[in-house]
Amino acid sequence: MSPLAGPDDDDSLALRLAAYEGRPAAVAARGPDVVNPAMIRHWCEVMGDTDPVHQGPGAVAPAAMLQVWIMRGGAPRRSGGTPERSAAYEELLALLDDAGCTAVVATDCEQEYLRPLWPGDVITYDAVIESVSPRKTTRLGTGHFVTTRTEIRAGGELAGVHRFRILKYAPARTGTQGPRPRPVINRDTAGFWEGVAARRLLFQRCTDCGTPRFPWVPGCADCGSERWTAVRASGAGTVYTYTVVHHPPVPGATMPHCAGVIELAEGVRMATEIRGVAPEGLRVGLPVTVEYADAGGGGDAGGTGGGQLIPVFRPAATRDEGP
Amino acid sequence: MTGGTPLPPLVIPVTRTLIVTGALVTRDFQDVHHDPEAARAKGAPDVFMNILTTNGLVARYVTSHLGPGATLRRLAVRLGVPNYPGDTLTLTGTVTSVSEESGEVLTVEVTGTNERGRHVTATVTATVTAVVRPAPADHPGPGGEP
Repeated sequence: MSPLAGPDDDDSLALRLAAYEGRPAAVAARGPDVVNPAMIRHWCEVMGDTDPVHQGPGAVAPAAMLQVWIMRGGAPRRSGGTPERSAAYEELLALLDDAGCTAVVATDCEQEYLRPLWPGDVITYDAVIESVSPRKTTRLGTGHFVTTRTEIRAGGELAGVHRFRILKYAPARTGTQGPRPRPVINRDTAGFWEGVAARRLLFQRCTDCGTPRFPWVPGCADCGSERWTAVRASGAGTVYTYTVVHHPPVPGATMPHCAGVIELAEGVRMATEIRGVAPEGLRVGLPVTVEYADAGGGGDAGGTGGGQLIPVFRPAATRDEGP
Repeated sequence: MTGGTPLPPLVIPVTRTLIVTGALVTRDFQDVHHDPEAARAKGAPDVFMNILTTNGLVARYVTSHLGPGATLRRLAVRLGVPNYPGDTLTLTGTVTSVSEESGEVLTVEVTGTNERGRHVTATVTATVTAVVRPAPADHPGPGGEP
């Protein structure tokens, strides 16, 4: 094997992945909340669990909540100085991401319950990477199964063992490769993108002759004046024309992709993407309204879009949809 | 209850609300469980139920038939086809073994199917004995040991 074999080399990747088996996935990590009646009640409401032993301040936690107590939720990746994922596990996931396996889905879960959990129990846990499978092709895409085994403790006492298997995979059906192209932001268009970042749709109006214009350019095409003001559009408009793109794939977009020109209520036209409507539902004159989307497209939970917003349009709500 | 006893089926409408609130109460903020566009970008047609909600539904299906105080000992879940909004999940179960140790220990095989096939196969082991919270450890009271 070439010493230069990279992560795109199957054999090299398989060897690198296998090296993570047996390494820790979490070390002396702590559940973000102590076991508490509120989370128990919320879980029971949704699951339809009416067992009285889960009700009230002395409730026992449903056993199947075991994993809930160690879920990160929306917290930053590292909080309170206790990394809930080991460096080894982060490396393994990054290696899979780099190999194109950016999506994740859980496939199996085995839990053993050794001691009930009560409100007030402080949760700590340790986990090990049990196995990383060779490359597998599934309906969702091609990837690798990663199995972890977590020992969950309450007040230091072993309360449960949680074995969890995920598939980290490269999505098979999106037809898109690589990230969505980022908008070109320069001195002439910076004002527009600053508006978008604040969820305001801005066009220009010539100070001298009053002609509105879009896209942003330094001078007025009608009178040549370089003096202008930025005006906030309502965001309402209609489809002026559109094209349904079936092929080639647009990076970061779901195919088919609807490209369109929107005529804003204020009279300027804007080339954009139309979302939230099937191709057969599109028509010239369709009322639409602006919304702001993360330009990052796909990526895993937690947001990898880098926060760049782009304006897109979707059908305006009609009267009979509202109360 | 004896081996071979079937449990009555449980029919659960898989609403978008169940999928999203199930993800929230299990603290699973993966975008594929609440954001349809993110789900589509990853090859799924819509948001889909997370495994922790499936675990919860399977667990309460079994415990609700065993009555208050039944204690789960083990839960093993394998997912098949996803649960999408608009699906109907039907859980069925059969008691496959019963043993007497410290209380009655039951093993129940559960399957959950929807319009597209088998969403989940699970094995659940439970003890039909009420859990009693142990008395709090003795704290030194007034005049007790420091």
